[in-house]
Amino acid sequence: MKEEKSFEELMDDLENISQMLESDKLNLDESIKKFEEGMKISKKCTEMLDNAEKKINILLEKNGEVEEEEFKTGEE
Amino acid sequence: MNIEPISVSDLNKYVKDMVAEDEFLNNVFVKGEISNFKHHYTGHMYFTLKDDKSLIKCIMFKSSTATLTFMPKDGMKVNVLGTVSVFERDGVYQIYCKAMQEDGVGDLYAKYNELKNKLEEEGLFDEAHKKQIPFMPKVIGVLTSQTGSVIKDIINVSTRRNPNVYIRLFPVPVQGEGAGEKIARAIKIMNEKKLADVLILARGGGSLEDLWPFNEEVVARAIYESKLPIISAVGHETDFSISDFVADLRAPTPSAAAELAVTDVFDLEDRIHLYEKRFKILLNRKLEFMKLRYEKCMNSKAFTNPKQKVNDEYIRIDNLIKEIEKGIKEKVHDCKIKSIELMTRLDTLSPLKTLSRGYCMTEYEGKIIKSKKDLKKDMQLNVRYTDGDAKVKVI
Repeated sequence: MKEEKSFEELMDDLENISQMLESDKLNLDESIKKFEEGMKISKKCTEMLDNAEKKINILLEKNGEVEEEEFKTGEE
Repeated sequence: MNIEPISVSDLNKYVKDMVAEDEFLNNVFVKGEISNFKHHYTGHMYFTLKDDKSLIKCIMFKSSTATLTFMPKDGMKVNVLGTVSVFERDGVYQIYCKAMQEDGVGDLYAKYNELKNKLEEEGLFDEAHKKQIPFMPKVIGVLTSQTGSVIKDIINVSTRRNPNVYIRLFPVPVQGEGAGEKIARAIKIMNEKKLADVLILARGGGSLEDLWPFNEEVVARAIYESKLPIISAVGHETDFSISDFVADLRAPTPSAAAELAVTDVFDLEDRIHLYEKRFKILLNRKLEFMKLRYEKCMNSKAFTNPKQKVNDEYIRIDNLIKEIEKGIKEKVHDCKIKSIELMTRLDTLSPLKTLSRGYCMTEYEGKIIKSKKDLKKDMQLNVRYTDGDAKVKVI
């Protein structure tokens, strides 16, 4: 299993694909392949944004360990 | 008593004049602790200056507050420069402050500059050492007080930019004795346990003394050694703490730090959609282009008049054959001319030609007789003349 690409790398991929599609170097088959790849990556990016979970936590030290709890500002 | 009483106003006016004439009271430099501080909406500041035994009212007009490098507040020890004067209506005397400085601030500034120069020389502020703030950090670590507006501002700005943001607050004291060590320790723990992708070190505005932990060497070194990129946002926009210089990025305010650390996901989503649109446009353009090329192909002569090429080739073949025939004829002709020439030359050399000049040739049994020694009596010889042969006998 290779390491998941970071969001930033995926955005770079999108830019690269867009540049490749713009150039005349690809034939039709390659263009369609790149197009499909681009749409897949963009979907993945959107998913990464949507699937992130909101967490506002506070770190508390207990017996030398750091524990994580939900943080409430007292306004909610 | 037969003295006319004077009015209260007269008395207050008299005292005011007396005070005004006193050179010492015209320019006093007083130290004390601020209490009852009120920043009036008009911009004027009202407060009381006190020590352990006594207090005096003070006022600082808006025109003078512009020179302040800090925001005064209750409990702060300050030196004020001003004029003592009487407020006639209330019969009170007070200090009309022209300038104010934090007590002991001179020492702090000296310490600040000394440390700043030392660390700068050591290279702690070097641009080359500064780390890139990640474009899309998964976890934002915040080191600040868990109470107060700073953490609230950071949470508000962060969630506005990314509703699904992940913030880990490591609460640290941001002023007072020991705060520096605790901040440094928090930076180390965040690093050791890799609890975030980027750290925001934040504190709201305050006096130089309040901000002091962020000017401590232990904090500066912890920031320098941190593997996690750190954004420093200490005090107001005009405050520069040493942590600001060492950090990988300085933000003018805690809210600005949140903006720098948290990417606006709505912007990102727009960008992603733009890419999708672009891909579609580019692919369509490619298809259009291919279609055009196809049409151009189908319009070419190869498809509209496929026999033309064949006919052209036929003509070429015919031409070639003609050329070959012509070549052969020429060759034959040349050979004929050459053979005639050769035959003529051969003819002149022929012995028969000699016979025509009156000579004759003697043969015996088909062999030419070249000497009389070859002759014998009664030999039947054949003598060739130009017009025919004759049989002769040797006597």
